Amino acid sequence: MKRFFAFVVKEFKHILRDYRTLLILFGMPIAQILLFGFAITNEIKDAKIAILDFSKDNVTQEISNKILSSGYFLLYKNLNSIKDIEPAFKEGIIKEVIIFEQDFSKNLSKSNLANVQIIADASDPNLANMLIGYTSSIILDYQKDLSSGKSLPPLINTDIKMLYNPNLKSVFMFVPGLMAVILLLVSAMMTSISIAKEKELGTMEILLVSPLNPLQIIVGKVIPYFFIALINYIIVIVLAKFVFLVPINGSFALLVLESILFLITSLSLGILISTISNNQQTALMISLSALMLPTIILSGYIFPIENMPLPLQIISNVLPAKWFIIIVRGIMLKGVSFSYIVVETLVLVGMTLFFILLSVKKFKIRLE
Amino acid sequence: MNSVIIENISKSYGDVLAVDDVSLTIEKGEIFGFIGPDGAGKTSLFRMLTTLLIPDKGNATVEGFDIVKDYKKIRSAVGYMPGRFSLYQDLTVEENLHFFAAVFGTTIQENYNLIKDIYVMLEPFKNRKAGKLSGGMKQKLALCCALIHKPKILFLDEPTTGVDPVSRNEFWDMLGNLRKEGITIVVSTPYMDEANKCDRIALMQKGKIMETDYLKNIISRFPRKLFAVKSDGMFVLLNELREYQFANSVFSFGDSLHYSDSRENVTKDNILEYLNTKNHGNISIEEIEPNIEDCFMDLMSK
Repeated sequence: MKRFFAFVVKEFKHILRDYRTLLILFGMPIAQILLFGFAITNEIKDAKIAILDFSKDNVTQEISNKILSSGYFLLYKNLNSIKDIEPAFKEGIIKEVIIFEQDFSKNLSKSNLANVQIIADASDPNLANMLIGYTSSIILDYQKDLSSGKSLPPLINTDIKMLYNPNLKSVFMFVPGLMAVILLLVSAMMTSISIAKEKELGTMEILLVSPLNPLQIIVGKVIPYFFIALINYIIVIVLAKFVFLVPINGSFALLVLESILFLITSLSLGILISTISNNQQTALMISLSALMLPTIILSGYIFPIENMPLPLQIISNVLPAKWFIIIVRGIMLKGVSFSYIVVETLVLVGMTLFFILLSVKKFKIRLE
Repeated sequence: MNSVIIENISKSYGDVLAVDDVSLTIEKGEIFGFIGPDGAGKTSLFRMLTTLLIPDKGNATVEGFDIVKDYKKIRSAVGYMPGRFSLYQDLTVEENLHFFAAVFGTTIQENYNLIKDIYVMLEPFKNRKAGKLSGGMKQKLALCCALIHKPKILFLDEPTTGVDPVSRNEFWDMLGNLRKEGITIVVSTPYMDEANKCDRIALMQKGKIMETDYLKNIISRFPRKLFAVKSDGMFVLLNELREYQFANSVFSFGDSLHYSDSRENVTKDNILEYLNTKNHGNISIEEIEPNIEDCFMDLMSK
């Protein structure tokens, strides 16, 4: 036990003396959550639009006002003819043009049908989709207002409601994924690098020719990173809750327990990577290319898994982060209880056991 | 009593035969040197004896333990200093020592007398990071760390490579002192001149042991007469001696050529006679005792 304790102390010294890595370890989660929280957003705010109003009556005026006062759009200019549309887009400032037909209000009251056309700059398809969605829902909203109090049935009744993220706050979406990425980065990557470092510097050679057994070496390596990852995790949670007001609708204890489970999964992955890499660079490359990249792209962190081609959807199943993100979104945003995430939890437990078994099998008690 | 018994051990990496059918014994309490150039298989042999590699063929025991089956027992009993500096560079001198003491379940105080002579030289730098020590100091620290658990046998893989001559001498003096404590010391080195610091040596080349014995016995077995030859034109001299019909070997050693003759009863006059036909100035020829390098060269050419 004294041996093991000395080993853990040594590990902490390595970590605490490497200021730069330490700075990255603690700075990165903060930087990431601030970046995703403030800068990278899928939300629309003050999108510049142009309006081409052939009718210029009180109804089109009201709709325009409603759209512009929503906070999502900003009127860049009023257009006078169809010919102006193309140049207006080419300027590159406006993202959308709204066109009201002639006699809009008259048509609406006479035949109950008026036409409005929305043209969006689809060079950024996601943004265009969202702009159109926002605009049409505002118009629908107006339609509803108009029809209420009248004996006529509502013209169209579309109920758009953004479930779980009513304000479409992207930070709500990102936080669970961010937790997964940070836990994975700190635990898997740092553990694998730290074990590979001993091999690279030749110190593993003397550790092997000593009474320390492999289990002591591995667990001793893992413990400091377990704590660092835990601290990081707390930072992310606190920032999410108090700076970005992400709700934790479910049980906090359950969230923490599931996170610790994922932490152990990541650590065991790190050990597995270290057993197959002989130097720090290999460990880093494997962690980055085989772990980080797929996790960021395929786990549902940023891009929804449902929108991926089928092969990628299947591949996404092998990523522990995918299951963890489902769990965290479930607990934080939907407030589900444990019974809803049993399957995901079991998948993580299974993966962890598999990784540990494989690493124990692959750990070399000798040099080759 | 034998500390190490090696029987017909072989090890290859793919097609490369690193250690080729080596057998020898190392007695308790002696300084045994493996001497040979880089790539002779010294490190592979050391790694097998320290249980880091499994031999392809043959078997060996260290302190009575089998190197494959009883690897755990060997790992607690030996002190091992790899060829490359393998301590923690970001830990201080003292922390490194503490760590290795704790790993072996002992303390610095307990075995301080063993490392005292070496450690006093390190003490002024005890709060310095190991990575910032000079080459000689690093080796001393590594030796301290390998010694701190009072091993029965010490394996030192090229401990003096890359160390200045003064530190090398100091290092060998320390090994001499450790021998008095009864610790078996197995050391490898590419420096031929360190052979005379060992009790017995094994000359190694291309994975094979060419000779194992006391240095003086190996030298006494040198089969020919040996001469040191000098003249004004050394390069021409080398070629001309090689062309000489009785020449066995000619090698350049510092400022003279070591020439061995294939005739049994040759004198320096015979050689002088030949060289006088060749137009040389200031010829000097002297019969000399062969040194270890001469023996090595001779064995290599066989």
